[in-house]
Amino acid sequence: MNITVVKHGVYDTIQDMGRTGFQHEGINVNGCMDRIAAEMANALVGNSSSEPLLELHYPASSLLFDITTLIAITGADFSPYIDDIPVSNNNTIKINAGSTLQFRKRKKGVRAYIAIHGGWEAELWLHSYSTNNKASAGGYKGRILKKGDLLKNKQTKYLFNTIFHKKNFDTIPLKINLSGFYINSRLIRCTIGSEFKWLTEESKNIFQLNQHKLTMQSDRMGYRLQSDKLSMSENAPTRLSSGVTLGTIQFLPNGQLIILMADHQTTGGYPKIAHVISADIHKLAQLGPNSIINFTLVSQKEAEQSFLQQRFELDQLKKRVVAKFLKVFTDEID
Amino acid sequence: MDTIPIIEPLGDTALTIHFGDKINSNVSETVFSFFQTLKQKSIPGITDIIPAYSSLSIVYDIIEVRKNSRSKTAFEYLQNIIQEILHTKRNEYPTENRFFEIPVCYHPSVGIDIEEISTYKNLSTEELIHLHSNNVYRVYMLGFLPGFPYMGSLNEKLEIPRKKTPRTNILAGSIGIAGLQTGIYPLNSPGGWNIIGQTPVQLFKSNRENPCLLQPGDNVIFTPISMTEFNRLQQL
Repeated sequence: MNITVVKHGVYDTIQDMGRTGFQHEGINVNGCMDRIAAEMANALVGNSSSEPLLELHYPASSLLFDITTLIAITGADFSPYIDDIPVSNNNTIKINAGSTLQFRKRKKGVRAYIAIHGGWEAELWLHSYSTNNKASAGGYKGRILKKGDLLKNKQTKYLFNTIFHKKNFDTIPLKINLSGFYINSRLIRCTIGSEFKWLTEESKNIFQLNQHKLTMQSDRMGYRLQSDKLSMSENAPTRLSSGVTLGTIQFLPNGQLIILMADHQTTGGYPKIAHVISADIHKLAQLGPNSIINFTLVSQKEAEQSFLQQRFELDQLKKRVVAKFLKVFTDEID
Repeated sequence: MDTIPIIEPLGDTALTIHFGDKINSNVSETVFSFFQTLKQKSIPGITDIIPAYSSLSIVYDIIEVRKNSRSKTAFEYLQNIIQEILHTKRNEYPTENRFFEIPVCYHPSVGIDIEEISTYKNLSTEELIHLHSNNVYRVYMLGFLPGFPYMGSLNEKLEIPRKKTPRTNILAGSIGIAGLQTGIYPLNSPGGWNIIGQTPVQLFKSNRENPCLLQPGDNVIFTPISMTEFNRLQQL
Protein backbone atom coordinates (compact mmCIF):
# COMPACT_ATOMS: atom_id res chain seq x y z
CA MET A 1 0.00 0.00 0.00
CA ASN A 2 1.63 3.19 -1.17
CA ILE A 3 1.33 6.89 -0.84
CA THR A 4 3.17 8.34 -3.81
CA VAL A 5 4.87 11.71 -3.86
CA VAL A 6 3.47 12.93 -7.19
CA LYS A 7 4.99 16.42 -6.85
CA HIS A 8 7.83 17.21 -4.49
CA GLY A 9 7.95 20.13 -2.11
CA VAL A 10 10.88 22.38 -1.20
CA TYR A 11 11.89 20.63 2.00
CA ASP A 12 9.65 17.81 3.15
CA THR A 13 11.04 15.21 5.52
CA ILE A 14 10.01 12.54 7.98
CA GLN A 15 10.57 13.61 11.58
CA ASP A 16 9.68 12.39 15.05
CA MET A 17 10.46 13.76 18.50
CA GLY A 18 14.20 13.70 17.79
CA ARG A 19 17.31 11.61 18.25
CA THR A 20 18.75 12.05 21.70
CA GLY A 21 21.76 10.38 23.26
CA PHE A 22 24.30 10.87 20.47
CA GLN A 23 25.21 14.54 20.69
CA HIS A 24 28.62 13.65 22.16
CA GLU A 25 29.38 12.14 18.72
CA GLY A 26 28.36 15.31 16.93
CA ILE A 27 25.06 13.73 15.88
CA ASN A 28 22.38 16.39 16.14
CA VAL A 29 18.89 15.87 17.50
CA ASN A 30 16.73 16.81 14.48
CA GLY A 31 13.01 16.12 15.01
CA CYS A 32 9.83 18.11 14.42
CA MET A 33 10.27 21.87 14.72
CA ASP A 34 6.71 22.45 16.04
CA ARG A 35 6.21 19.58 18.45
CA ILE A 36 2.80 20.73 19.65
CA ALA A 37 1.35 20.61 16.14
CA ALA A 38 3.11 17.28 15.52
CA GLU A 39 1.84 15.61 18.68
CA MET A 40 -1.71 16.74 18.03
CA ALA A 41 -1.64 15.43 14.46
CA ASN A 42 -0.73 12.01 15.80
CA ALA A 43 -3.44 12.21 18.48
CA LEU A 44 -6.09 13.05 15.87
CA VAL A 45 -5.45 9.76 14.07
CA GLY A 46 -5.18 7.71 17.26
CA ASN A 47 -1.38 7.37 17.21
CA SER A 48 1.10 7.70 20.02
CA SER A 49 3.28 10.82 20.03
CA SER A 50 6.35 8.80 19.11
CA GLU A 51 5.10 8.00 15.60
CA PRO A 52 7.00 9.76 12.81
CA LEU A 53 5.21 12.39 10.71
CA LEU A 54 5.74 14.27 7.49
CA GLU A 55 6.96 17.80 8.07
CA LEU A 56 6.16 20.03 5.11
CA HIS A 57 7.37 23.46 4.02
CA TYR A 58 5.64 25.53 1.34
CA PRO A 59 5.44 24.76 -1.60
CA ALA A 60 4.66 21.29 -0.28
CA SER A 61 4.54 17.80 -1.77
CA SER A 62 1.38 16.40 -3.35
CA LEU A 63 0.52 12.89 -2.25
CA LEU A 64 -1.51 10.23 -4.07
CA PHE A 65 -3.08 7.67 -1.75
CA ASP A 66 -3.85 4.17 -2.96
CA ILE A 67 -5.50 3.21 0.31
CA THR A 68 -8.48 4.52 2.22
CA THR A 69 -7.31 5.73 5.58
CA LEU A 70 -7.33 8.55 8.12
CA ILE A 71 -4.93 11.46 8.17
CA ALA A 72 -4.62 14.70 10.11
CA ILE A 73 -2.91 17.92 9.09
CA THR A 74 -1.74 20.39 11.71
CA GLY A 75 0.66 23.30 12.06
CA ALA A 76 0.84 25.71 9.14
CA ASP A 77 -2.25 26.26 6.98
CA PHE A 78 -1.19 25.59 3.38
CA SER A 79 -4.82 25.33 2.09
CA PRO A 80 -5.03 21.55 1.83
CA TYR A 81 -7.26 20.02 -0.85
CA ILE A 82 -8.23 16.42 -1.39
CA ASP A 83 -8.81 16.26 -5.13
CA ASP A 84 -10.85 19.44 -5.62
CA ILE A 85 -12.36 19.65 -2.18
CA PRO A 86 -10.82 21.91 0.45
CA VAL A 87 -10.19 20.24 3.80
CA SER A 88 -9.19 21.87 7.05
CA ASN A 89 -6.34 21.55 9.49
CA ASN A 90 -6.70 20.23 13.03
CA ASN A 91 -9.23 17.48 12.43
CA THR A 92 -9.38 13.85 11.44
CA ILE A 93 -9.76 13.48 7.70
CA LYS A 94 -10.88 10.44 5.77
CA ILE A 95 -9.03 10.05 2.50
CA ASN A 96 -10.14 7.56 -0.14
CA ALA A 97 -7.97 5.33 -2.24
CA GLY A 98 -7.21 7.11 -5.50
CA SER A 99 -7.37 10.59 -4.01
CA THR A 100 -4.61 13.19 -4.10
CA LEU A 101 -3.78 15.50 -1.22
CA GLN A 102 -2.27 18.78 -2.31
CA PHE A 103 -1.54 22.20 -0.86
CA ARG A 104 -2.52 25.28 -2.82
CA LYS A 105 -1.66 28.42 -0.90
CA ARG A 106 0.29 29.31 2.20
CA LYS A 107 -2.10 31.11 4.52
CA LYS A 108 -0.51 30.93 7.94
CA GLY A 109 2.59 29.40 9.50
CA VAL A 110 5.56 27.78 7.77
CA ARG A 111 5.55 24.12 8.80
CA ALA A 112 2.68 21.67 8.39
CA TYR A 113 2.51 18.10 9.71
CA ILE A 114 0.71 15.10 8.27
CA ALA A 115 0.02 12.14 10.50
CA ILE A 116 -1.43 8.92 9.12
CA HIS A 117 -3.37 6.40 11.14
CA GLY A 118 -0.96 3.68 12.32
CA GLY A 119 2.04 5.83 11.48
CA TRP A 120 4.38 6.27 8.51
CA GLU A 121 6.89 3.56 7.80
CA ALA A 122 10.34 5.04 8.14
CA GLU A 123 13.97 4.08 8.66
CA LEU A 124 14.86 3.89 12.33
CA TRP A 125 18.43 5.12 12.91
CA LEU A 126 19.91 5.41 16.40
CA HIS A 127 16.48 5.03 18.02
CA SER A 128 14.79 7.74 15.97
CA TYR A 129 12.90 8.04 12.68
CA SER A 130 13.97 11.65 12.18
CA THR A 131 15.75 12.47 8.94
CA ASN A 132 19.40 13.38 9.46
CA ASN A 133 20.23 14.99 6.16
CA LYS A 134 23.95 15.35 6.92
CA ALA A 135 24.39 11.70 7.88
CA SER A 136 21.96 10.59 5.14
CA ALA A 137 20.18 8.39 7.66
CA GLY A 138 16.77 8.02 9.27
CA GLY A 139 13.34 8.96 7.91
CA TYR A 140 12.91 8.29 4.20
CA LYS A 141 16.33 7.20 2.88
CA GLY A 142 17.92 9.88 5.05
CA ARG A 143 16.86 12.70 2.74
CA ILE A 144 14.12 15.13 1.73
CA LEU A 145 11.23 13.69 -0.27
CA LYS A 146 11.45 13.64 -4.05
CA LYS A 147 8.91 13.14 -6.79
CA GLY A 148 8.21 9.44 -7.25
CA ASP A 149 9.04 8.42 -3.69
CA LEU A 150 6.78 5.71 -2.33
CA LEU A 151 5.73 6.19 1.27
CA LYS A 152 3.99 3.49 3.24
CA ASN A 153 1.76 3.43 6.27
CA LYS A 154 2.02 0.80 8.96
CA GLN A 155 -0.55 -1.98 9.13
CA THR A 156 -3.42 -1.33 11.52
CA LYS A 157 -6.31 -3.35 12.84
CA TYR A 158 -8.95 -0.98 11.49
CA LEU A 159 -10.43 -1.76 8.11
CA PHE A 160 -11.61 1.67 7.13
CA ASN A 161 -13.23 0.54 3.90
CA THR A 162 -15.65 -1.54 6.00
CA ILE A 163 -16.13 1.10 8.69
CA PHE A 164 -16.82 3.87 6.21
CA HIS A 165 -19.12 1.64 4.25
CA LYS A 166 -21.24 0.86 7.31
CA LYS A 167 -21.72 4.40 8.40
CA ASN A 168 -21.51 7.73 6.66
CA PHE A 169 -18.23 9.16 7.89
CA ASP A 170 -17.86 12.05 5.51
CA THR A 171 -17.44 14.30 8.47
CA ILE A 172 -15.61 12.78 11.37
CA PRO A 173 -16.56 14.45 14.64
CA LEU A 174 -13.00 15.19 15.72
CA LYS A 175 -11.87 18.77 15.54
CA ILE A 176 -9.59 20.70 17.83
CA ASN A 177 -8.52 24.28 18.24
CA LEU A 178 -4.84 24.85 18.88
CA SER A 179 -4.81 28.64 18.65
CA GLY A 180 -4.43 28.92 22.43
CA PHE A 181 -0.91 27.56 22.08
CA TYR A 182 0.10 30.33 19.68
CA ILE A 183 -1.03 33.45 21.54
CA ASN A 184 1.54 36.25 21.46
CA SER A 185 3.53 34.20 19.00
CA ARG A 186 5.91 37.07 18.15
CA LEU A 187 6.93 37.72 21.71
CA ILE A 188 9.67 35.19 22.32
CA ARG A 189 10.61 34.50 25.92
CA CYS A 190 14.26 33.73 26.72
CA THR A 191 16.44 32.89 29.66
CA ILE A 192 19.75 34.64 30.02
CA GLY A 193 22.86 33.15 28.40
CA SER A 194 26.28 32.93 29.98
CA GLU A 195 27.75 35.68 27.74
CA PHE A 196 24.84 38.13 28.01
CA LYS A 197 26.82 40.05 30.60
CA TRP A 198 29.46 40.92 28.00
CA LEU A 199 27.03 42.79 25.76
CA THR A 200 27.36 46.56 26.07
CA GLU A 201 24.62 48.21 28.15
CA GLU A 202 23.15 49.67 24.99
CA SER A 203 23.14 46.25 23.31
CA LYS A 204 21.41 44.67 26.29
CA ASN A 205 18.62 47.20 25.84
CA ILE A 206 18.47 46.70 22.08
CA PHE A 207 18.17 42.94 22.60
CA GLN A 208 15.24 43.28 24.96
CA LEU A 209 13.42 46.36 23.69
CA ASN A 210 13.94 46.56 19.92
CA GLN A 211 12.43 44.41 17.22
CA HIS A 212 14.37 41.68 15.44
CA LYS A 213 13.65 40.42 11.94
CA LEU A 214 14.01 36.85 10.69
CA THR A 215 16.15 36.92 7.54
CA MET A 216 15.91 34.69 4.47
CA GLN A 217 18.60 32.53 6.09
CA SER A 218 16.12 30.94 8.47
CA ASP A 219 15.76 27.19 8.21
CA ARG A 220 15.70 24.03 10.29
CA MET A 221 19.32 24.62 11.36
CA GLY A 222 18.86 28.12 12.65
CA TYR A 223 17.25 31.50 12.22
CA ARG A 224 19.58 34.36 11.39
CA LEU A 225 18.20 37.64 12.65
CA GLN A 226 18.58 41.19 11.51
CA SER A 227 18.77 43.42 14.56
CA ASP A 228 19.94 46.93 15.36
CA LYS A 229 23.70 47.01 15.85
CA LEU A 230 24.73 44.87 18.81
CA SER A 231 28.22 44.82 20.27
CA MET A 232 30.24 43.10 22.94
CA SER A 233 32.24 45.09 25.44
CA GLU A 234 35.95 45.25 24.62
CA ASN A 235 37.08 43.16 27.56
CA ALA A 236 34.78 40.23 26.66
CA PRO A 237 36.85 37.03 26.87
CA THR A 238 36.83 34.53 24.02
CA ARG A 239 35.35 31.21 25.06
CA LEU A 240 36.24 27.75 23.87
CA SER A 241 33.63 25.79 21.93
CA SER A 242 31.12 24.04 24.16
CA GLY A 243 27.71 22.40 23.95
CA VAL A 244 24.82 24.41 22.53
CA THR A 245 21.15 23.52 22.47
CA LEU A 246 17.80 24.06 20.77
CA GLY A 247 16.90 27.74 21.18
CA THR A 248 20.42 28.97 21.95
CA ILE A 249 20.88 32.54 20.68
CA GLN A 250 24.46 33.13 19.56
CA PHE A 251 26.20 36.43 18.87
CA LEU A 252 27.96 36.15 15.51
CA PRO A 253 31.22 37.98 14.64
CA ASN A 254 29.27 40.37 12.36
CA GLY A 255 27.23 41.61 15.31
CA GLN A 256 24.07 39.75 14.32
CA LEU A 257 22.24 36.94 16.10
CA ILE A 258 21.31 33.37 15.23
CA ILE A 259 18.76 31.21 17.04
CA LEU A 260 19.65 27.52 16.86
CA MET A 261 16.78 25.30 15.74
CA ALA A 262 16.14 21.54 15.43
CA ASP A 263 19.03 20.68 13.06
CA HIS A 264 21.61 22.76 14.97
CA GLN A 265 25.22 21.67 15.48
CA THR A 266 25.95 20.11 18.84
CA THR A 267 28.77 22.48 19.83
CA GLY A 268 29.61 26.09 19.15
CA GLY A 269 32.09 28.77 20.10
CA TYR A 270 30.15 32.00 19.49
CA PRO A 271 28.96 33.81 22.62
CA LYS A 272 25.62 32.51 23.90
CA ILE A 273 23.65 35.55 24.94
CA ALA A 274 20.24 33.95 25.59
CA HIS A 275 18.14 30.83 25.06
CA VAL A 276 14.56 30.69 23.79
CA ILE A 277 12.48 28.90 26.41
CA SER A 278 11.13 25.44 25.55
CA ALA A 279 7.52 26.65 25.80
CA ASP A 280 8.09 29.12 22.92
CA ILE A 281 10.05 27.03 20.41
CA HIS A 282 6.89 25.87 18.61
CA LYS A 283 5.81 29.50 18.09
CA LEU A 284 9.16 30.33 16.53
CA ALA A 285 8.88 27.18 14.40
CA GLN A 286 5.84 28.69 12.67
CA LEU A 287 7.51 32.00 11.84
CA GLY A 288 9.25 32.43 8.50
CA PRO A 289 11.59 34.99 6.91
CA ASN A 290 10.63 38.65 7.41
CA SER A 291 8.68 37.94 10.60
CA ILE A 292 9.31 40.52 13.30
CA ILE A 293 9.90 39.27 16.82
CA ASN A 294 10.62 40.71 20.24
CA PHE A 295 12.58 39.09 23.03
CA THR A 296 11.76 39.25 26.69
CA LEU A 297 13.89 37.76 29.45
CA VAL A 298 12.30 35.46 32.03
CA SER A 299 13.72 33.53 34.97
CA GLN A 300 14.79 29.91 34.84
CA LYS A 301 11.88 29.07 37.14
CA GLU A 302 9.33 30.85 34.98
CA ALA A 303 10.68 29.06 31.90
CA GLU A 304 10.24 25.66 33.52
CA GLN A 305 6.80 26.54 34.89
CA SER A 306 5.60 27.70 31.46
CA PHE A 307 6.80 24.46 29.93
CA LEU A 308 5.15 22.30 32.60
CA GLN A 309 1.88 24.22 32.27
CA GLN A 310 1.96 23.87 28.49
CA ARG A 311 2.69 20.14 28.71
CA PHE A 312 -0.18 19.72 31.14
CA GLU A 313 -2.62 21.44 28.79
CA LEU A 314 -1.30 19.52 25.79
CA ASP A 315 -1.54 16.18 27.58
CA GLN A 316 -5.12 16.89 28.67
CA LEU A 317 -6.10 17.76 25.12
CA LYS A 318 -4.32 14.71 23.73
CA LYS A 319 -6.10 12.42 26.17
CA ARG A 320 -9.49 13.82 25.22
CA VAL A 321 -8.78 13.50 21.52
CA VAL A 322 -7.45 9.94 21.73
CA ALA A 323 -10.41 8.85 23.90
CA LYS A 324 -12.83 10.37 21.40
CA PHE A 325 -11.01 8.75 18.50
CA LEU A 326 -11.27 5.34 20.11
CA LYS A 327 -14.94 5.87 20.88
CA VAL A 328 -15.79 6.85 17.32
CA PHE A 329 -13.90 4.01 15.72
CA THR A 330 -14.11 1.13 18.14
CA ASP A 331 -17.88 1.46 18.36
CA GLU A 332 -17.89 0.42 14.76
CA ILE A 333 -15.91 -2.74 15.27
CA ASP A 334 -17.22 -5.55 17.37
CA MET B 1 42.88 21.01 38.59
CA ASP B 2 42.54 23.86 41.01
CA THR B 3 39.70 26.01 39.75
CA ILE B 4 36.27 25.21 41.12
CA PRO B 5 33.94 24.02 38.35
CA ILE B 6 31.14 26.46 37.53
CA ILE B 7 27.66 25.14 36.74
CA GLU B 8 25.56 27.39 34.53
CA PRO B 9 22.16 26.92 32.90
CA LEU B 10 22.20 26.46 29.12
CA GLY B 11 18.58 27.37 28.49
CA ASP B 12 15.81 25.59 30.38
CA THR B 13 16.67 22.03 29.28
CA ALA B 14 20.44 21.95 29.60
CA LEU B 15 23.34 23.07 31.77
CA THR B 16 27.08 23.39 31.32
CA ILE B 17 29.81 22.56 33.80
CA HIS B 18 32.87 24.70 33.07
CA PHE B 19 36.15 23.19 34.29
CA GLY B 20 38.32 26.06 33.09
CA ASP B 21 38.90 28.02 29.93
CA LYS B 22 42.04 26.46 28.52
CA ILE B 23 42.82 23.59 26.19
CA ASN B 24 45.11 21.26 28.08
CA SER B 25 45.26 17.59 28.90
CA ASN B 26 44.66 18.05 32.65
CA VAL B 27 41.41 19.92 32.17
CA SER B 28 40.42 17.48 29.47
CA GLU B 29 41.15 14.51 31.75
CA THR B 30 38.77 15.99 34.33
CA VAL B 31 36.10 16.52 31.66
CA PHE B 32 36.32 12.90 30.49
CA SER B 33 36.48 11.45 33.95
CA PHE B 34 33.32 13.34 34.83
CA PHE B 35 31.74 12.35 31.51
CA GLN B 36 32.33 8.67 32.43
CA THR B 37 31.05 9.20 35.96
CA LEU B 38 27.81 10.77 34.76
CA LYS B 39 27.29 8.07 32.14
CA GLN B 40 27.69 5.36 34.82
CA LYS B 41 25.29 7.08 37.21
CA SER B 42 22.58 7.31 34.53
CA ILE B 43 20.62 10.00 36.31
CA PRO B 44 16.95 9.85 35.23
CA GLY B 45 15.98 12.56 32.78
CA ILE B 46 19.44 13.22 31.34
CA THR B 47 19.25 12.70 27.57
CA ASP B 48 22.66 13.86 26.34
CA ILE B 49 26.08 14.59 27.79
CA ILE B 50 28.31 16.64 25.50
CA PRO B 51 32.00 16.91 26.40
CA ALA B 52 33.99 19.81 24.97
CA TYR B 53 37.54 21.17 25.49
CA SER B 54 37.00 22.37 29.03
CA SER B 55 33.33 21.79 29.70
CA LEU B 56 30.58 19.24 29.84
CA SER B 57 27.03 20.12 28.79
CA ILE B 58 24.10 18.08 30.03
CA VAL B 59 20.78 18.06 28.22
CA TYR B 60 17.74 16.95 30.19
CA ASP B 61 14.02 16.34 29.97
CA ILE B 62 12.32 18.73 32.41
CA ILE B 63 9.34 16.41 33.00
CA GLU B 64 11.53 13.37 33.81
CA VAL B 65 13.82 15.32 36.14
CA ARG B 66 10.88 16.96 37.91
CA LYS B 67 9.49 13.54 38.82
CA ASN B 68 12.25 13.41 41.44
CA SER B 69 12.34 17.07 42.40
CA ARG B 70 8.96 18.38 43.33
CA SER B 71 10.11 21.40 45.30
CA LYS B 72 13.02 22.54 43.17
CA THR B 73 13.42 23.46 39.54
CA ALA B 74 14.96 20.78 37.33
CA PHE B 75 18.07 22.93 37.03
CA GLU B 76 18.48 23.34 40.81
CA TYR B 77 17.92 19.64 41.36
CA LEU B 78 20.56 18.59 38.82
CA GLN B 79 22.94 21.31 39.98
CA ASN B 80 22.81 19.82 43.50
CA ILE B 81 23.38 16.29 42.27
CA ILE B 82 26.33 17.38 40.15
CA GLN B 83 27.86 19.40 42.95
CA GLU B 84 27.62 16.38 45.24
CA ILE B 85 29.36 14.18 42.69
CA LEU B 86 32.03 16.84 42.13
CA HIS B 87 32.68 17.07 45.86
CA THR B 88 33.06 13.36 46.34
CA LYS B 89 35.61 11.34 44.50
CA ARG B 90 37.50 12.72 41.55
CA ASN B 91 38.61 10.39 38.79
CA GLU B 92 36.25 7.73 40.01
CA TYR B 93 36.09 6.32 36.52
CA PRO B 94 39.45 6.77 34.86
CA THR B 95 39.09 7.30 31.14
CA GLU B 96 39.84 4.35 28.93
CA ASN B 97 42.84 5.06 26.79
CA ARG B 98 41.90 3.96 23.33
CA PHE B 99 44.53 4.48 20.63
CA PHE B 100 43.84 4.74 16.93
CA GLU B 101 46.46 4.70 14.22
CA ILE B 102 45.11 6.54 11.23
CA PRO B 103 46.93 6.27 7.88
CA VAL B 104 47.22 9.58 6.06
CA CYS B 105 48.35 10.37 2.55
CA TYR B 106 49.99 13.82 2.58
CA HIS B 107 50.38 13.98 -1.21
CA PRO B 108 49.49 17.48 -2.53
CA SER B 109 46.79 15.99 -4.78
CA VAL B 110 44.75 15.16 -1.64
CA GLY B 111 46.47 17.46 0.86
CA ILE B 112 45.54 20.42 -1.28
CA ASP B 113 46.89 23.14 1.03
CA ILE B 114 50.11 21.41 2.11
CA GLU B 115 52.40 23.23 -0.33
CA GLU B 116 50.95 26.65 0.45
CA ILE B 117 51.34 26.02 4.20
CA SER B 118 54.95 24.85 3.83
CA THR B 119 55.78 28.08 2.01
CA TYR B 120 53.85 30.21 4.50
CA LYS B 121 55.44 28.46 7.49
CA ASN B 122 58.87 28.25 5.92
CA LEU B 123 59.00 24.49 6.39
CA SER B 124 59.72 21.75 3.90
CA THR B 125 56.77 19.44 3.16
CA GLU B 126 58.74 16.63 4.85
CA GLU B 127 59.19 18.69 8.01
CA LEU B 128 55.50 19.57 8.00
CA ILE B 129 54.50 15.90 7.63
CA HIS B 130 56.94 14.98 10.36
CA LEU B 131 55.57 17.61 12.74
CA HIS B 132 51.97 16.54 12.08
CA SER B 133 52.50 12.78 12.25
CA ASN B 134 54.99 12.68 15.11
CA ASN B 135 52.49 13.49 17.80
CA VAL B 136 49.74 11.83 19.80
CA TYR B 137 46.49 13.75 19.55
CA ARG B 138 43.58 13.66 21.87
CA VAL B 139 39.98 13.81 20.62
CA TYR B 140 38.76 16.68 22.80
CA MET B 141 35.29 16.66 21.36
CA LEU B 142 33.13 15.71 18.41
CA GLY B 143 30.99 18.35 16.75
CA PHE B 144 30.25 20.34 13.59
CA LEU B 145 29.38 17.16 11.68
CA PRO B 146 28.48 13.63 12.84
CA GLY B 147 31.81 12.16 13.97
CA PHE B 148 34.02 15.22 13.31
CA PRO B 149 36.87 15.01 15.87
CA TYR B 150 38.41 18.19 17.25
CA MET B 151 41.93 17.05 18.15
CA GLY B 152 44.87 18.75 19.77
CA SER B 153 47.30 20.02 20.18
CA LEU B 154 49.37 20.69 17.11
CA ASN B 155 53.03 21.56 17.31
CA GLU B 156 53.08 25.36 17.52
CA LYS B 157 55.15 25.54 14.33
CA LEU B 158 51.99 24.38 12.50
CA GLU B 159 49.61 26.95 13.99
CA ILE B 160 47.66 28.55 11.17
CA PRO B 161 44.35 30.44 11.00
CA ARG B 162 41.28 29.05 9.24
CA LYS B 163 40.96 29.91 5.55
CA LYS B 164 39.34 33.32 5.03
CA THR B 165 36.83 31.89 2.57
CA PRO B 166 35.64 28.39 3.47
CA ARG B 167 35.57 25.81 0.67
CA THR B 168 32.17 24.62 -0.47
CA ASN B 169 33.15 20.97 -0.67
CA ILE B 170 35.84 19.16 1.26
CA LEU B 171 36.09 15.42 0.66
CA ALA B 172 35.34 12.91 3.39
CA GLY B 173 38.57 11.73 5.04
CA SER B 174 40.35 15.06 4.54
CA ILE B 175 42.73 16.01 7.35
CA GLY B 176 42.53 19.66 8.30
CA ILE B 177 44.43 21.99 10.59
CA ALA B 178 43.23 25.26 12.16
CA GLY B 179 44.74 27.12 15.08
CA LEU B 180 46.36 24.47 17.25
CA GLN B 181 43.77 21.89 16.29
CA THR B 182 43.65 19.12 13.76
CA GLY B 183 40.53 17.35 12.54
CA ILE B 184 39.19 14.87 10.01
CA TYR B 185 36.13 15.59 7.83
CA PRO B 186 33.94 12.49 8.25
CA LEU B 187 31.65 13.44 5.35
CA ASN B 188 31.85 15.58 2.23
CA SER B 189 31.12 19.04 3.56
CA PRO B 190 31.83 22.73 3.30
CA GLY B 191 34.69 23.72 5.59
CA GLY B 192 37.30 26.33 6.45
CA TRP B 193 40.23 24.28 7.73
CA ASN B 194 43.51 23.95 5.82
CA ILE B 195 43.69 20.53 4.17
CA ILE B 196 47.04 18.74 4.47
CA GLY B 197 46.11 15.14 3.68
CA GLN B 198 43.44 12.50 3.41
CA THR B 199 42.80 9.19 5.12
CA PRO B 200 41.20 6.17 3.46
CA VAL B 201 39.63 5.25 6.84
CA GLN B 202 35.88 5.84 7.03
CA LEU B 203 35.30 7.93 10.13
CA PHE B 204 31.55 7.85 9.80
CA LYS B 205 29.29 5.19 8.36
CA SER B 206 25.63 5.40 9.31
CA ASN B 207 24.91 1.69 8.98
CA ARG B 208 27.82 0.57 11.17
CA GLU B 209 26.97 -0.54 14.72
CA ASN B 210 28.94 2.43 16.00
CA PRO B 211 28.59 4.96 13.20
CA CYS B 212 31.39 7.17 14.55
CA LEU B 213 34.86 5.61 14.67
CA LEU B 214 36.28 8.04 17.20
CA GLN B 215 34.84 8.89 20.60
CA PRO B 216 35.62 11.86 22.82
CA GLY B 217 38.76 11.07 24.83
CA ASP B 218 40.34 8.77 22.24
CA ASN B 219 43.99 9.14 21.24
CA VAL B 220 45.05 9.34 17.61
CA ILE B 221 48.35 8.87 15.81
CA PHE B 222 48.71 9.67 12.11
CA THR B 223 50.88 7.38 9.98
CA PRO B 224 52.06 8.73 6.62
CA ILE B 225 51.24 6.51 3.64
CA SER B 226 52.01 6.81 -0.07
CA MET B 227 49.51 7.70 -2.76
CA THR B 228 49.65 4.09 -4.00
CA GLU B 229 48.90 2.77 -0.54
CA PHE B 230 46.12 5.34 -0.17
CA ASN B 231 44.50 4.20 -3.42
CA ARG B 232 44.86 0.55 -2.42
CA LEU B 233 43.28 1.09 1.01
CA GLN B 234 40.49 3.21 -0.38
CA GLN B 235 39.48 0.38 -2.69
CA LEU B 236 39.13 -2.14 0.15
